[in-house]
Amino acid sequence: MMKKRIQIILRGIFKENPAFVLLLGMCPTLATTSSAINGLSMGLATTFTLMLSNLTISLISKLIPNKVRIPSYIIIIASFVTVIDLLMAGFLPDIHSQLGIFIPLITVNCIVFARAESFASKNGALDSISDGLGIGLGFTLALTALGFVRELLGAYSIFGYKLNGITFLESLPSDGIIIFILAPGAFIALAYLIVLFNMLKNKLIKNN
Amino acid sequence: MAKESSFKNMVITLLVITLISSALLGGVYELTKDAIAAVKIRKINNGISNVLPAFDNNPSENVHKKFIDGDTVYVYTATKDEKIVGSAVQTFTNTGYGGKIVMMVGFLTNGEINKIDVISHSETPGLGDKIEPKKTDFNVQFNGKNPKDYKLAIRKEGGDVDAMSGSTVSSKAFCDAVARAYKVFREDIMKDQGKWDDVSGATQQKK
Amino acid sequence: MEYILLLIAAIFVNNVLLSQFLGICPFLGVSNKVTTSMGMGGAVVFVLTISSIATYLIQYFILVPLKIEYMQTIIFILVIATLVQMVEIILKKVSPTLYQALGIFLPLIVTNCAVLGIALLSIQNKYDLAKTTVFSLASGIGFALALVLFAGLREQLELSSNVPKSMKGTPIALIVAGLLAMAFMGFSGVVKL
Repeated sequence: MMKKRIQIILRGIFKENPAFVLLLGMCPTLATTSSAINGLSMGLATTFTLMLSNLTISLISKLIPNKVRIPSYIIIIASFVTVIDLLMAGFLPDIHSQLGIFIPLITVNCIVFARAESFASKNGALDSISDGLGIGLGFTLALTALGFVRELLGAYSIFGYKLNGITFLESLPSDGIIIFILAPGAFIALAYLIVLFNMLKNKLIKNN
Repeated sequence: MAKESSFKNMVITLLVITLISSALLGGVYELTKDAIAAVKIRKINNGISNVLPAFDNNPSENVHKKFIDGDTVYVYTATKDEKIVGSAVQTFTNTGYGGKIVMMVGFLTNGEINKIDVISHSETPGLGDKIEPKKTDFNVQFNGKNPKDYKLAIRKEGGDVDAMSGSTVSSKAFCDAVARAYKVFREDIMKDQGKWDDVSGATQQKK
Repeated sequence: MEYILLLIAAIFVNNVLLSQFLGICPFLGVSNKVTTSMGMGGAVVFVLTISSIATYLIQYFILVPLKIEYMQTIIFILVIATLVQMVEIILKKVSPTLYQALGIFLPLIVTNCAVLGIALLSIQNKYDLAKTTVFSLASGIGFALALVLFAGLREQLELSSNVPKSMKGTPIALIVAGLLAMAFMGFSGVVKL
């Protein structure tokens, strides 16, 4: 049983990584990754929503009539998102103002709804939490990686710490390849990360 | 799997789910209400303490609002030991390269600019965002200047402000916001001359 | 004049897709053919405008008086979902031709974050009803414009055989989107709000 759950978690991180493989939840992926910290926080907020909504929906899906399934899920997901939104506004105000409207927009993140519909409604509570955790972590990993790359190239810093003392960087005219912080850089950095991810995955499959 | 749908159980299900989630949200809202309100006040007070010398009142309670050019300018007056130390003016401009810029300008009692902080903006990273105090010294040049004899416009337009190279638009917008702050401060706050002269005399003695 | 500036700014300068990243899922999903992207674009303009107006009215006549602004997200998404259903039913009755063109895209729009996003942004920016209408209409047009342009580029891309194997599909589409976003950046500074 334990082994199966670990497999479910790993599958979400790697084989079915939402941002790199399934290409779900692209809006926050591109919009909130101008720095690694922002990407990480967005990923974690989504992970909490996923775990809570997956748990709830797996518990009550048998009680919900088929025809009102979708509105019910929407209400449940939107409620949890609002809870997280309020908690973050009260206790993590800096991150909350950085992520802005993308917190309420977790409601319409296709990943959350897709997992509720395709996994949580058909599986038990513990499996569903594991699935939420796995998919959430996969998403977090992808967002952090993208934020890391964009921040490194765009501002020459790592998790908010400027790279100092590197003569090569100091000889450059500006303190970052600004385009990577801006909108176009989000698309381009993501494209190359997906290519890298696919190449890595193909290599692993070949070796196995 | 899922239950058969009938009109009755559909209505009941949705009703129950809505009730539970409303109750949950209401509860969380009550729980976080005070924290969120405190965050708001702390943000304003932090913004004020960034641009003014030390004070011991709660300036966010002592606010003067003025509707001007399509938006509101807020003036928070800070005191220490019952004496006014200066006013922080939350001002704005609509002429930034990326649209609106919101700033906090601290004026001492004699009208001198103490410090300026940028609250929010959407200027181009690497160019216009140099208006942020942590990025360059552009806005340091305003510190200690009195707009009475310091023209808030860039040199190219006959003013006294050195523009940032490559970011004329942002530099001009910055001046516009400071000028708006000064206008409100002068017309609404400083006009109460007796009070202000008195206090400014006290501050000058300290120096 | 103010409205014209708002219109131009929302279409070009702050394009929903290319600078605000709202509605990326359909942007990547329904952009293989110019014809389908036009259908999707039309449906989004339509739904975005009416749902922004509806959520504006709900915010200021229901949520604010009752002091339950924290229910915003949940109420808005339900309103949008209901509205999309209603539009679908009405369209089917009133204009079957339009329904044929837009019909299959309507259900997809509920989870298009541009719709909820623009509704929330209009409230956040404290727009009045007239500005909300102009802003949402312009955002819809901006969405449609970027979508159709992107679909045109992708159609050409399909014909090209020079794309490296590991870049085929999504990665190259994302690069194209990045270049398109760069082109749209040229508009910034043109209009100031």
